[in-house]
Amino acid sequence: MTGGAADPVPRREAVRITRRRVLRGAAGLAGLVAIGGLLRACSPAASPNATSRLTLGSNYADDVPRRALQQVIDEFSARTGTEVVVNTVAPGPFQERIGAYLQGTPDDVFSWYGGNRMRFFAERGLVADISDVWADLPNQSDAARRAAMGNDGRQYLVPFITYPWVIVHRRSAWRAAGYARPETLAELLELCRRMEADGRVPFAFGSREGWPAMGTFDIINLRLNGHDFHLALLEGRERWTDARVRAAFEQWRALLPFHQQGALGRTWQEAARSMLTGEAGMVFLGTFAAEQATAEEREDLEIFPFPRLGTEFDAEMAIDAPINGFMLSRAPANPAAARELLRHLATPAAQSSYVMANPSRIPTATGADTSAFSNLQRQMIEVIAGAGRLAQFFDRDTRPDFAGADGMQAMLGDFLQHPEQDLDAFLARVQQLWDSLD
Amino acid sequence: MGGFIWLPAVASILLSLVAWDGIGGIQQMRFVGLGNYADLLTIHPTFWRAIANGLIWLAGLGLVATPLGVLFAVLLDRRMRGSAFYESALYLPVVLSLALVGFIWQLQYAPEQGFLNQLLGRTTQGQLIDWLGDREINIWAALVAGGWRHVGYITLLYLAGLRSADPTLREAAAMDGATEWQAFRWVTLPVLRPVNVVIVVVTAIEALRAFDIPWVINRGQNGLELLSTIVANGLLGEATRVGYASAAATILLLLSVVPIALYLRRALRGDSGAA
Repeated sequence: MTGGAADPVPRREAVRITRRRVLRGAAGLAGLVAIGGLLRACSPAASPNATSRLTLGSNYADDVPRRALQQVIDEFSARTGTEVVVNTVAPGPFQERIGAYLQGTPDDVFSWYGGNRMRFFAERGLVADISDVWADLPNQSDAARRAAMGNDGRQYLVPFITYPWVIVHRRSAWRAAGYARPETLAELLELCRRMEADGRVPFAFGSREGWPAMGTFDIINLRLNGHDFHLALLEGRERWTDARVRAAFEQWRALLPFHQQGALGRTWQEAARSMLTGEAGMVFLGTFAAEQATAEEREDLEIFPFPRLGTEFDAEMAIDAPINGFMLSRAPANPAAARELLRHLATPAAQSSYVMANPSRIPTATGADTSAFSNLQRQMIEVIAGAGRLAQFFDRDTRPDFAGADGMQAMLGDFLQHPEQDLDAFLARVQQLWDSLD
Repeated sequence: MGGFIWLPAVASILLSLVAWDGIGGIQQMRFVGLGNYADLLTIHPTFWRAIANGLIWLAGLGLVATPLGVLFAVLLDRRMRGSAFYESALYLPVVLSLALVGFIWQLQYAPEQGFLNQLLGRTTQGQLIDWLGDREINIWAALVAGGWRHVGYITLLYLAGLRSADPTLREAAAMDGATEWQAFRWVTLPVLRPVNVVIVVVTAIEALRAFDIPWVINRGQNGLELLSTIVANGLLGEATRVGYASAAATILLLLSVVPIALYLRRALRGDSGAA
């Protein structure tokens, strides 16, 4: 029907959009998509050769770790002829989805952490027992062995690299100001007062993410109450309402005035930078703090373990030294090649190759060639060798739901905001939180 | 279609009655009845703060951001010089995803290096304002970031409504001697009744949906807790507590559905009744 002269607005000849045209168009589009799909299905897919292809799930997503890992993998592929496909995911999402990942179709080998964080999944049968791989591994420290062991005494993780939690500072700044390394609590307090007099805040401190504060709690508890009590506490065998735990928090409270204010609004990266720029005298952090430094700043870094607190556990010199490693998923497509890869990753040579490219980590295997290591790495090795007992870190030594954002991260945040609160009531709430789990 | 929308909600409600770590199937679930709700209401360290923060967010959006958006829409409707520039300026935050908004604002709020503290000259120890870490003020800081975007959104919606309203009504009111405010209150506002309903519901939905900005800042801890972040923290993580998180989600569902349903029923019934 034409509009005729009654049309008020002149219109160009337009295609009339009718229902039939829309349906025809949709059918045509669907047909194209179907043909495309058929063609893709017909083409020969890259058929995985069962004996020479592996997948590796990695959360080494930042540039430096990713390239360093790729180097190690390339060396492995060159040596054995096995192709390894590395699937890299950013650390946050990787950790968050690990449960679903392991229950679905995980890669053959994947990067993970030692301690309770690993045992949680081993207990639920989501990862494979690799005690047979461990049988061939020489050069493993006791700490690594314990970190890799499940509750049933079998091994589930192959240790790769580690790093200590230490006090980090700039050598040049300390030399210029005439500061000396404190060995005891009294010396530490004296040093803090001197730094304040010089216009610096003694300890840089950033815990916006919630977990950095755990490092400080760990070291105070380890020094004051010993390694065994600390682990027992985190595993629920001791109570948070114990007088010893209260003493640890009181000690922390006494040190807080020497830490940067507003820690809960500051990330650890910003805290590390305050130390590097000289605003703060030192920072107690894992040596990953060095990632914030330029190459020359890194050469200027000095580290030492937290001072002795004057208890019976001084000789122990326990520290946190988390171990990162790799695990085997429960039903890998290529078990033999996957085990080969795990063996390779545990060798001193492979680990050295990695830490040469990623200078804020050191190998877990003993006997690695350290001649080409950086100054910082040599110091890290010295610190770990000098430590009597090694713990993993709060959130790796205890249940993930206890250590999470709704758990201890919130509780420690509460303590940092109101350190003068009634500690007995506070610790009672922490104990209540633990009891409510599971 | 009802099933499509309601089945997941019903599944959440059923899941809130069990304790489950997300691993294994239905056989691994342990029935705990209302235990999860009891834990949430009594033991969870920050549940009540999350509820309070949700109300703060609603008040902030409803009492400040939305009226501001309406005001800007009315001003822009006058088509003064440069209104195209103002419109783009207001709409720009709306195009950004909330996660990006959160990211932008946390750079402004950083303690030593952020724009705000640098502007105020408060970057040294003892002086600096801890926008993101101080529990008393960080929810307001996050709210400003969220409101920044919300204002543009409301302006957009209301301006569309204003432009579609019959201009002769306002001319008639002006001829009768009404002031700007009187014309707006007694003529424009009643005529834009459908748009008002949309604005109110959108504001309520945005308040209940608040999640991205606190999450991006610090995963909803230390003063930035919301029911949505409690749910997310329970589900995203290595040890998921599916039942616990589902209980929080069910509470959020009840808090959302009841007021909105009541409001819509009243508003739409009023519409279809005698004018």
